Amino acid sequence: MSEVATHTKVPATPLELMREPLVANQRSFGWISDRVSAVTEGKTPKWWWAAFVPSLCLLGLLGAMLYYQIATGVGVWGNQHPTMWGWDIVNFVWWIGIGHAGTLISAILYLLRQKWRTAVNRAAEAMTIFAVMCAGIYPAIHVGRVWFDWWLFPIPTYQGLWPQFRSPLMWDVFAVSTYFTVSVLFWYVGLIPDLAMLRDRAKTKLKQFLFGLFSFGWTGSNRHWSNYEKAYLILAGLSTPLVLSVHSIVSLDFSVSQLPGWHTTIFPPYFVAGAVFSGFGMVLTLLIPLRSMCHLEDIITKRHIDVMCKVTLATGCIVSYAYIMEFIIAWYSGSAMERFHFMNRALGPMWWGWVMMMSCNMLVPQLFWFKKIRQNLVVVWILSIFVNIGMWFERFVIVVVGLYRDFLPSSWDYYKPTWVDVCTYLGTFGLFFTLFLLFMRFLPMIAVSEIKGVTPQADPHHPEAGATGGHS
Amino acid sequence: MSTHAKAFGLLAEFDTTPTVLHAAERIRDAGFRKWDVFTPFPIHGMDRAMGVKNSKVGWFAFLGGVTGYTTGMLMIWWMNAVDYPILIGGKPMFSPFGAFPPSYELTILFGAFGALGGMLFLNRLPKLHHPLLKHRRFALATHDKFFVVIETSDPKYSETETRKLLEAAGSKRIEMVEE
Repeated sequence: MSEVATHTKVPATPLELMREPLVANQRSFGWISDRVSAVTEGKTPKWWWAAFVPSLCLLGLLGAMLYYQIATGVGVWGNQHPTMWGWDIVNFVWWIGIGHAGTLISAILYLLRQKWRTAVNRAAEAMTIFAVMCAGIYPAIHVGRVWFDWWLFPIPTYQGLWPQFRSPLMWDVFAVSTYFTVSVLFWYVGLIPDLAMLRDRAKTKLKQFLFGLFSFGWTGSNRHWSNYEKAYLILAGLSTPLVLSVHSIVSLDFSVSQLPGWHTTIFPPYFVAGAVFSGFGMVLTLLIPLRSMCHLEDIITKRHIDVMCKVTLATGCIVSYAYIMEFIIAWYSGSAMERFHFMNRALGPMWWGWVMMMSCNMLVPQLFWFKKIRQNLVVVWILSIFVNIGMWFERFVIVVVGLYRDFLPSSWDYYKPTWVDVCTYLGTFGLFFTLFLLFMRFLPMIAVSEIKGVTPQADPHHPEAGATGGHS
Repeated sequence: MSTHAKAFGLLAEFDTTPTVLHAAERIRDAGFRKWDVFTPFPIHGMDRAMGVKNSKVGWFAFLGGVTGYTTGMLMIWWMNAVDYPILIGGKPMFSPFGAFPPSYELTILFGAFGALGGMLFLNRLPKLHHPLLKHRRFALATHDKFFVVIETSDPKYSETETRKLLEAAGSKRIEMVEE
C-alpha cells in the first residue's frame, strides 16, 4: 500500500488574488477608536471653521429666502404657465436622489455582505438624512400657503375633508416621510455602540452624561449584540424595499400624469438608478476631502474610492441606457406628441440642458473604466462634481423641458429662474453643509464598532486573531 | 440594607477574540446561567459559544409590519370611501391598488419601529445605571478589550471556584465588581 497522506497541503493564495485589506496598515482596535474619536475630541481644525462659517451664512440666506417667499407668495419664483414646476421640483428630486446612495450603502450593501461599506456607511447615512431634509423643504414651500401643509397628513380639515389617496402626490408624502424617519432610526441604531464608546472615553462630566444618555446605557453585552444585530439586519431588510420605493414613487409623481415625456413606465427603475448615481457622486465629493482632512486614509482607503467609482460607473451606464431608451420608446410609440417632445428635448431652445445631462451623466462616468483615473483622487473628485451637475440637469430636463412646450403652441413660454430660485437653492447647500459639518465634528463619522468587526484580528478563527493588533 | 457594597460579579479581561470565545464555551459548558460577554463589536460565533438562542426581534418587526399595512389600508378605505367619499373621474371610492403605496410605506415604517422597539425591549434598554459602567477598567469594553462577567447571583457561583475557572480560561486580570 502506498503511504496515506496525513496532511493536505493548502497552497498559499497567490499575490494577485489577495484582496487589499479593508483597514490599511494592520491597525489595531484601539487605533481605530482613537483615530475616529480624535475628529470629535481634538481641537476644532481651522479648515472646519473655514467651511462652517460660509455654510452658516448660506443657511441664513435660506432662512431669508424662505421668509421672503412665504411672506410674498410663489410668484417670486420663475414658475409661470405653462412651466408650473420649476427649480422647486428640480431641486426636490435632486436632493432626495442624493440621499439614496446613503441607504444603498447602508442597507443594500449590508444585505449583500459588502464589508467595505462599513467605512463609509455612517457618513453616507448622515448625508442621506440631511439631503432628505433639504428635499423636504421644497414640497412644503411650493404649495404656496405653507400654513396649510398639514392638509398633506391624514388630519381632517375644518370641513371634515381627508387627503385624497388616489393621488401619487399623497403617496409621495408617505414615502418621503417614512424614508426620513427610517433613515434616522437606522442611523441612530448604528450610532448606539459608538456613542457608548465616546461615553467611555469622555473626560468631562457633561459629555459622559450626554453620551451616556444617548447611548441608552449600552454595555457591549453579547446578549444585547445578538438582538442588536438582528434588529440591524431587519432595518437593512426594510430599508432596501423602502429606498427602491421612494424614488419610484417620486417618479410616479411624473409618470402617472398624461404628459409626453413623463407618462412612461421606464421612470421608476430609471429614477432609482439615477438617484443612486447622483448619491454616489455626492458621497465621493464629500468623502475624498474628508478622508485626508481627518486623516482617515487607513479606514477609507483607495480601494473604497475605487469600488465607489465602479458603482458610479455601473449606475451611470444604467441611466445612459434609460436616456437612449426614452428616445426609442418615443419613436416606437408612434405618438406625435411624444416624438415632438423628444426632438424638442435634444434640438429645441433648451438643448443645452440635454447636452449637459448627456455629457455629464453618460460620457463623464465612462472615464471610470480606467484604473488610473479611479486611483487619482483629484480627478475622481472633479468627476464626482460633474455627476452632481449632470444629475441636476437631468431633473431640469425632465421637469422644465417636459413642461415649457405643452400641447398648445399658443401657451408655450421660455422658463427662467429668478434670483429667489437661485438663492433658495444655494441656501439648501448651507443647510446641508452646516448639518454635515456639525455631524462630523460631534459624532463619530465612521462606524467604529463595525470597522473593528471587519479587521482580520476580529475574526476568532483567523490566524492573525491571536496577535493583539499590529502597529498602533 | 448593609452599609458596605454588595458584590455584583467577577469581571475577567481578555485580550483577543479567540481566547474570549473559548472562555465563553467553557463557561457555557460549566452550566452558568447569569453571565455575559462584553465586546467592542459583535464577535462571529459568540452566540453559539455562549449558547444564546436566535434573537426574537424579528417577531416585533413582523408585528409592526402587519400593523402598518392594516392601518394603511383601513385608514385609506375609511377616509376616502366611508367618512368623506368624493367621486373623482369615476374611479372606485376605494381600490387596493391606489391604497397600496401608502400602506406599503406604513408597513416599513411600523416594521422599523417594531425592530427598534423590540431590540430595546429585549435588551431592557435604555438603562440609566449598570454596575459595570462604574468600573474603571470596563470602559475598555468599547475600546479594545473583551470581558466576561459571571454574576454572584448565579446558583453555580463560588468565589474561589469561579475565579479558578476564569483563570484557566486564560484571563490574566480578574476583578470583583461591586453592585
